[in-house]
Amino acid sequence: MSDKQSAIGVSQETLDEVALSRAEYEAISERLGRDPSPLELGLFGSLWSEHCGYKHTKRLLRTLPVQSPRLLVTPGAENAGVIDIGDGLAIAMKIESHNHPSAVEPFQGAATGVGGIVRDIFAMGARPIALLNSLRFGSPEDPLNRFLFHGVVAGISSYGNCIGVPDVGGEIAFDDSYSGNPLVNAMCVGLIENGRMLSASAREPGDLLALVGADTGRDGIHGASGLASRAFEEEAEMRSAVQVGNPFLEKSLIEACLEAAKLDGVMGMQDLGAAGLASAAIEMAHRSGMGLRLDLSRVTRREEGMTPYEVMLSESQERMLLALRPGAEGEVFALFRKWDLGAQVIGEFTRGGNVLISDGPELSAESPIDVLVDAPEYVLSSSKPDWLTKMQDEDPARLPLPSEAPAGVLLRLLSSPNISSRRAVFRQYDHQVQNNTVIPPGGDAALLRLKGTKKAIAVSVDCNGRLCYLDPYAGSMIAVAEACRNVSCTGAEPIALTDGLNFGNPETSDVQYQLTESVRGIRDAALAFGVPVVSGNASMYNDSRGHSIHPTPIIGALGLLEDVNAHVTSGFKGDGDLIAVLGAECAWDHPGGLAGSEFAAVLHSWTGGRPFIDLAFEVRVQMLCRRLALEGIARSAHDCSNGGLAVAVAESAIIGGCGAALVEPLPERWDAAMFGETQSRVVISIRPDRLGDLLEIAREYGIPVSAAGTVGGDRLRFAEAIDVSLEEAGRAWSAGLAAATSD
Amino acid sequence: MARVRVTLKPTVNDPEGITIAKALGRLGFESVDQVRSGKYFEITLDEDSEPRARRQVGEMCDKLLANPVIERYSFDLEGA
Amino acid sequence: MTQPNFGIVVFPGTWSDRDCRYAISTVLGYRASFVWHEDLNLDGYDALALPGGFSYGDYLRAGAIARFSPIMERVTEFAAAGRPVIGICNGFQILCEAGLLPGALIRNSHLEFRCEWVDLRVENIDTPFSHRARVGRTLRMPISHGEGNYQADRDTVEALERSGRVVFRYADREGRSVSSANPNGSVNNIAGIINEEGNVLGMMPHPERACETLLGGVDGNAVFQSIADSVMKFRLP
Repeated sequence: MSDKQSAIGVSQETLDEVALSRAEYEAISERLGRDPSPLELGLFGSLWSEHCGYKHTKRLLRTLPVQSPRLLVTPGAENAGVIDIGDGLAIAMKIESHNHPSAVEPFQGAATGVGGIVRDIFAMGARPIALLNSLRFGSPEDPLNRFLFHGVVAGISSYGNCIGVPDVGGEIAFDDSYSGNPLVNAMCVGLIENGRMLSASAREPGDLLALVGADTGRDGIHGASGLASRAFEEEAEMRSAVQVGNPFLEKSLIEACLEAAKLDGVMGMQDLGAAGLASAAIEMAHRSGMGLRLDLSRVTRREEGMTPYEVMLSESQERMLLALRPGAEGEVFALFRKWDLGAQVIGEFTRGGNVLISDGPELSAESPIDVLVDAPEYVLSSSKPDWLTKMQDEDPARLPLPSEAPAGVLLRLLSSPNISSRRAVFRQYDHQVQNNTVIPPGGDAALLRLKGTKKAIAVSVDCNGRLCYLDPYAGSMIAVAEACRNVSCTGAEPIALTDGLNFGNPETSDVQYQLTESVRGIRDAALAFGVPVVSGNASMYNDSRGHSIHPTPIIGALGLLEDVNAHVTSGFKGDGDLIAVLGAECAWDHPGGLAGSEFAAVLHSWTGGRPFIDLAFEVRVQMLCRRLALEGIARSAHDCSNGGLAVAVAESAIIGGCGAALVEPLPERWDAAMFGETQSRVVISIRPDRLGDLLEIAREYGIPVSAAGTVGGDRLRFAEAIDVSLEEAGRAWSAGLAAATSD
Repeated sequence: MARVRVTLKPTVNDPEGITIAKALGRLGFESVDQVRSGKYFEITLDEDSEPRARRQVGEMCDKLLANPVIERYSFDLEGA
Repeated sequence: MTQPNFGIVVFPGTWSDRDCRYAISTVLGYRASFVWHEDLNLDGYDALALPGGFSYGDYLRAGAIARFSPIMERVTEFAAAGRPVIGICNGFQILCEAGLLPGALIRNSHLEFRCEWVDLRVENIDTPFSHRARVGRTLRMPISHGEGNYQADRDTVEALERSGRVVFRYADREGRSVSSANPNGSVNNIAGIINEEGNVLGMMPHPERACETLLGGVDGNAVFQSIADSVMKFRLP
């Protein structure tokens, strides 16, 4: 600690390097009673970054509901949320972003994003059983966005397929606000058997800290502070630090860690992610209420000449930390050797609250842990920007009727990049390995059975960024509602949420308003559904070319189905069945439903109006939907969202291979009627003789139902307006994504 | 003809090279210290001027053959 | 008589091991246990399965490194003794690299990974892996691979075809082996072959994934049931 720096003397360049403000630097010096050493400055830069320290979101996230009798871990206390599902089983789940690394190098950025979230899950002692992805790109007409799209998909495919975890679902959306700043959020779900959950902490002072897995190189240094705190365009010079993942090593690491989790000598486990050892080791000590002594000379390095700073902040992939009872190293390390993985003791937990970092005999840092992890919390402004009020006040009813015929509009929407089939992507992902996938990707939610029980879990990730842009509060409620609705459409009951907050620069008042309103929306919706938000992640500074992305709070929902045989899928099942719309008295929508709709964006390049949802109503619609599944009345169920009723019915028809006819006459605003996106609607099909039962049960829940039409034939007929062959509609829907993204 | 070699930058992790190095060690090649993997291309060109050919191959590498974020390249030219 | 005993070979990077055990043991009721690639004892096993996955990350070439694992010498002896060995997906790739089956599996012709259900026409039921099926009928099961494009020199392919060693072929629903039903560019739509002796099979599709109606189909069971039948016959005095 020979560097002499005064609070005034530290250069702006140095502060920029570690992404700390001068005020933050002064706070650090004051609390330490001296200036930090260069290594300490690096530690603060990482731990006080948005990614690790949640400076701009911590206050808000504390307001999210965490109550549930099923909750086994306090959200935020461990690497992932854990939910009890009975039969001695528990589910660990979390979503995480890897946006900035994917913008710099899409293949490796997305691949290592998958690797990172998987480690969060098996760190809990959970076997990863499912992956989902939520992806956003700018318009596919721009070659850069197509390059990013193909790179991200190939990266997910490469990493996920190699580690033997099925990629069962997700969403992909294109909007210009993401141009050059893609969103790559990965969610992982893990299964914990026999209550063997692991904490990311040590048991008592004297426990050893072991680093296992890959060797440490100069990968991704400053990923947490630099990339997550500043617009990445300035980071071009840091590009040589891109992490390259090794999924093969990760697969071995999964098996070795899950075997190790069963050993008595293994006290705790923690993954290394953003800010590497700095974040992982210090958080682990903090969680244990202990201090830590680290000797970096014991870290096996891939490259020569690495400084303590580089070793502490390296983001080399496929590494884990274990807290070991002294004496357990022999047995534990033999296990890692069996899997051809490195393992070294690099330190020990101590009494007191300091972290002491040395590189051999040379002391590099000594700081109180409670200061290091005590990132400042900023209070955000919540004043609504004027431009937003103006945009909300625009009236969708003022859109002109399209000059194009209704059938042409339907085909255009079916083939549009945001609505068309995702098969071209998900067939590149192994979605079946582990032999649990009952509903594969392409349905509303994926459904996985749990071997040895009758149970199944449903999982979905959802967010409509355009609606969140128009109204971050309502849009975020809708994101929660839609994720839960997709789960409910399979018959499963939503029991937990995870949230991936993707926003622009939180230092601007617009983004502060969006964040505040969005978290308020998630909270209110989670309360309405009575489900806890068990884990989450925040990615800020998603700006590119001078504009912020749409606020995109991606919601992952977990549902539980007690009897897997009661599950319902989205395709129509057979000729003669009735089509009914839950949540609507009249099948057709009204002009208000065009606010923020895909139709308005595709046909009129217009985004405006104010999205709306009645949560109490939504909750009852979903209860009704699940009841109809359990009673065997619903033969199919499909969420009505992007593209409105016409698209929802067309999709159920194409997926089921049966034609459909909607008979109700269309109002004058046929565009809004067919393509409006009013919330809280589900398209189901039933046998005709169950109509009485359906109406009676719907009355119990106070939910209107419209008997809209019938299943059958090989054409799609919507009143007098549309009559197209199922084959033509299917072609448009199937080919759309590949056509839009091919070079 | 241009013979182009593309390898990962020295500081970038090379899982394939690491795995192959270990396999060679297990097969008894004890002298193996490190393996770096890469790609090799042979490109036949219809171009008389060597400087022009050199410039073109360089552009091909920058634009397509190598990913400048993580890879570097080298090439030789050989007259037909 | 005790149930047939399957050994499921596990390499670093293998991931169909648990699915194979589930299909063979939990669903079909045979005995099955894992054999780590460094274990050298195959006593007591009636049949071996080399499952799917990415052994050694598929680095260099799929199967190229795994084929030098210590167990492969024992697998070769096991096969030489006439006992059934089935290689599924990555297992097929390893058997080709090890020279236990001819040809090679190269990158899919469209260069993408494919995970989807395919229909297989059964070309030869006179094998320990297929006698429960019917000639010309199709079996439906998933593929999941990026390097499943079977290629061999012309003489080898002709020899395979002439001697009935092509056991499974990619086909359409009606059992026609048309090019549109070929998911990876394999020569002659080849999905699975056997060695000259007829006791080593390699196939790219995953029979262990087609083991329950709930998961989409049960056609894969015929493969393991065929192996079990032939093992029991082999055991008869």
